Amino acid sequence: MSRSSWPLYEVFVRGKRGLNHVHVGSLHAPDDEMALRNARDLYTRRNEGVSIWVVKAEAITASSPDEKDPFFAPSGDKVYRHPTFYVIPEDVPHL
Amino acid sequence: MDNAYDGLTEDSEEKHWAFGTGFSTALAGVDRAVPSGVDHDVLAVYCLMLGDDALIYSQRLAEWCSRAPELEEDVALANIALDLLGQARLLLTRAAEVEGADRDEDALAYLRDEHEFRNVRLAEIDCGPGPGGDFATTIARLLVMSTHRLALLQRLTGSLDPVLAAIAAKGVKEVAYHRDHAAQWVLRLAGGTEYSRERMVAGLERVWPFTDELFATHAVEAAVAEAGVGVDPATLRAEFDEVLDTVLRAADLDRPDVRQVAALAGRAGRDGVHTEALGFLLAEMQYVARSMPGAVW
Repeated sequence: MSRSSWPLYEVFVRGKRGLNHVHVGSLHAPDDEMALRNARDLYTRRNEGVSIWVVKAEAITASSPDEKDPFFAPSGDKVYRHPTFYVIPEDVPHL
Repeated sequence: MDNAYDGLTEDSEEKHWAFGTGFSTALAGVDRAVPSGVDHDVLAVYCLMLGDDALIYSQRLAEWCSRAPELEEDVALANIALDLLGQARLLLTRAAEVEGADRDEDALAYLRDEHEFRNVRLAEIDCGPGPGGDFATTIARLLVMSTHRLALLQRLTGSLDPVLAAIAAKGVKEVAYHRDHAAQWVLRLAGGTEYSRERMVAGLERVWPFTDELFATHAVEAAVAEAGVGVDPATLRAEFDEVLDTVLRAADLDRPDVRQVAALAGRAGRDGVHTEALGFLLAEMQYVARSMPGAVW
């Protein structure tokens, strides 16, 4: 099996005290099961994670740099969309 | 959170670790006294047997570094080798401590000669990347070695020696992954192309002649089993056969029909009688330590 025939996977790891899975990198694998195992070997060998997601890179639809302005610029001057006008209670975590 | 690794250090004192924290030591707080009624020499040799299996096999696996068919597999095999090296260090340290002859783990690893090594011969033979095999042969040996070792370590967790029990408890989790990794690859190679299947069959035939030796009871193993600190390998055969048959059935492969390699006048790896492969392996492994005795860095 040649290198080019192994699909690319993106890897997401949830750290021990992390709340959500975060993208950590990518890898090649022959199928989903081996991708999960390769991710375990490549990205959690220093005691980083408690949960792994892998997804074929081709399954991800990404925004394009060409559309950067129409996509993101319009929100740049709308400060009122931030919930900064509230007082956040001290004992509410993860807000 | 921007970085998956940030959460690891936020409420830890271990700021010097770049990524993972919360590392634990498998043997922390374990009583290291030898249980009463256990013969020190016998226990020391038993620790050597299990430690040498791990050390020599680890060295063989490490030969794949930079030579595996894929980068991902390169890291996987190196991880497995490092797991086994860790087990070897704990076992050789225990052997040295129980023996009480003023040798440490390094002296046992680097300053013993071929006939003093007690590993089974399957651990030492070349299964690739040298001329003795290939990736499929390596996977075949990993399946056989890890199935045997997992069955052994599972029983050893009940050892009356608390140190051996703790080493086994740590090893069980590691070797369970090794066995799974091997089984995954056996399925894929056997079910891949005609060529990959052919290599898998040839790989199993290469390692199979060394399987009976894994279950032959040496006098030392009989003695430690009797004392409740070790395992009689003959008792592992049924579980080994069941696991192997399950994997081979799933891969639609037959058990190899090949003759077993005989012991030499009844003596094999556990007695220090080895194949010609071990001498070359030791020459490479021990070269630096022997040419610069006591060197540190």
